[in-house]
Amino acid sequence: MCLDKTELMMLGVGVVLATSGLVAPQWLVFLLTMALAKSLVVQGVVMQMRAGLVTFGQGLYFCIGGYAVGMSGHFLTISDLPTLLLIGVASAVALAMILGLLMTRYREIFFAMLSLAFSMILYGMLVKSPGLGSTDGFNVIAWTLFGWSPATGQAPLALFVIIIAVSAVLAVLLHRYGHSSAGAMCEAIRENEVRVEYLGQSPRWVLYMNYVAAAGVSALGGGFMALAAGHIDPEMAYWITSGEFVFIALLGGTSHVAAPILAAILFAVVRTYAIELVPHSWQMILGITLLAIIVFLPKGLWSLLSGQARRAKAVEAKA
Amino acid sequence: MLSVYAVLIDGAIYASWLFLVAAGLTVIYGVMRILNMAHGSFYAIGAYAAASLVGWYFNNGVGPVWVGYLMMLGSALAAGLAVGLLIERGLLRFMYGRDEVLMVIITYALLLILEDAMKMVWGVNPYFAYQPYAAMGRSVLAGLKVSNYDLMLVGVSLVIGFALWLWLERTHQGKVLRAVIHDREVAQAMGVNVRRVFTLVFVLGTVLGTLAGALTAPAISVAPGIGVEIIVLAFAVVVIGGMGSIEGAALGALLVGLSRAAAVHYAPQFELFVIYGVMALVLAVRPQGLFGRVLARKI
Repeated sequence: MCLDKTELMMLGVGVVLATSGLVAPQWLVFLLTMALAKSLVVQGVVMQMRAGLVTFGQGLYFCIGGYAVGMSGHFLTISDLPTLLLIGVASAVALAMILGLLMTRYREIFFAMLSLAFSMILYGMLVKSPGLGSTDGFNVIAWTLFGWSPATGQAPLALFVIIIAVSAVLAVLLHRYGHSSAGAMCEAIRENEVRVEYLGQSPRWVLYMNYVAAAGVSALGGGFMALAAGHIDPEMAYWITSGEFVFIALLGGTSHVAAPILAAILFAVVRTYAIELVPHSWQMILGITLLAIIVFLPKGLWSLLSGQARRAKAVEAKA
Repeated sequence: MLSVYAVLIDGAIYASWLFLVAAGLTVIYGVMRILNMAHGSFYAIGAYAAASLVGWYFNNGVGPVWVGYLMMLGSALAAGLAVGLLIERGLLRFMYGRDEVLMVIITYALLLILEDAMKMVWGVNPYFAYQPYAAMGRSVLAGLKVSNYDLMLVGVSLVIGFALWLWLERTHQGKVLRAVIHDREVAQAMGVNVRRVFTLVFVLGTVLGTLAGALTAPAISVAPGIGVEIIVLAFAVVVIGGMGSIEGAALGALLVGLSRAAAVHYAPQFELFVIYGVMALVLAVRPQGLFGRVLARKI
């Protein structure tokens, strides 16, 4: 497998980040783990945004991933991390394969509303399930890796390294996907669906595959979230959670696979400080930032980075 | 038999409440094509304004009760006018012409801002204004005790629904509005001041939202988060009926209201499931909603 510059960079950053975990304080490791888990869900949102679809219900797959991990640990007493995550992804993909048949018939706000409705259905069901702890949710059992169970205190760091590895590999895969014909087709569909049809392609099929893949990626994030936080509750499927994912996606922009990761980390750091300093203004900060991004940086924070790079190149060319 | 009556009465009351909440949302979407996520916040602002004013009135001295009802209406009207004008003139008018989905995200940002703004104005402790609710007493209907206030809600929502319909279908201004709904550009070319229509409609929608909140305030404890809870409900109602249609919102409210009442009485664990289940089902069969128009695809 040949890696291009971007892919090498992402893997390199992953290695640096993972080694920095050895010296970083524990709270930072935890914060970054949670941020990376969220960034996986946001990858799913961004995949659909690239095709012009805004989902206000990605919390559905986030929650499915989390609950699948929690429930298999709780009821089937599976504690092996890869198995748990695979079960989460498989459940989400199975559900997405069914819902996708319906969802791909909708665009724009109808897609947004229907995705919201489905995630709220799950929320409604979980809230009314006393066996799963209703609104309180339940605790997730400690994980093991191929029979190795991390000693207390080691688990957060180990999980941090694992999630970095998974995020980096996934980023490489998503980068390839973005530049594949299917990924390019997604952008063509966003620009003009009817013309894509005239070219003899089936937008519905492309969107279906994209939807299912996005669900799997988001479920992975939900699974990691459950393992990292050690607790899951129905709030994961609530529409405000999904709104947060849309926010992070817009914050980063859709032009680069690293953008959601960067945005999720920034989001987590700013939130930690904002909640401490101005507890009742956090949402207001979010709202104002969101408006500012829409007006001044419609392509997200990433456009600042790439814009700079382009300017630098232009200067070089002149000299 | 008793439980059937109970379902019907509960369903009618819940449906009329839903219609009140959803009316403003559907009016704004119909004319402006803005799916307003901040509508729930308008509802909450109305509830807060009414609850704080009415609570203050009844806790200080013994004035006549009817003044309390007037205060509820007045506070909703004032809050709706102020908030609606501020948001339309101060923010939304710069955003017109953008993508519908982007407008959803813009109003989502608005919702986040308003939620915290409310916490700053009214704090995080709940407000109670039960007096107007309690003062009306109860009556017996088909062997069931029903609060008169709830019955009044049914009346109010019928009046509002009928007035909206009359305004849209039987007045000159309504005709202009329908022209804008039908085709914004052609209406503009015919000399309709579309911007003014937008301002009018947005303020009307906001006032409908705050009014719904003010009317609900006596029946609930007004606390942070009430707006976020109801917005998805209102979406469900509006989507079922067809976004932008008054009759649709009424039918959607009735469908959701009755099915929820039935679920509460026969299978309480499905209470929330039923609401979004009906929405998903209608969307699956008729994506444009029961009263919605099918739009031609543009290349």
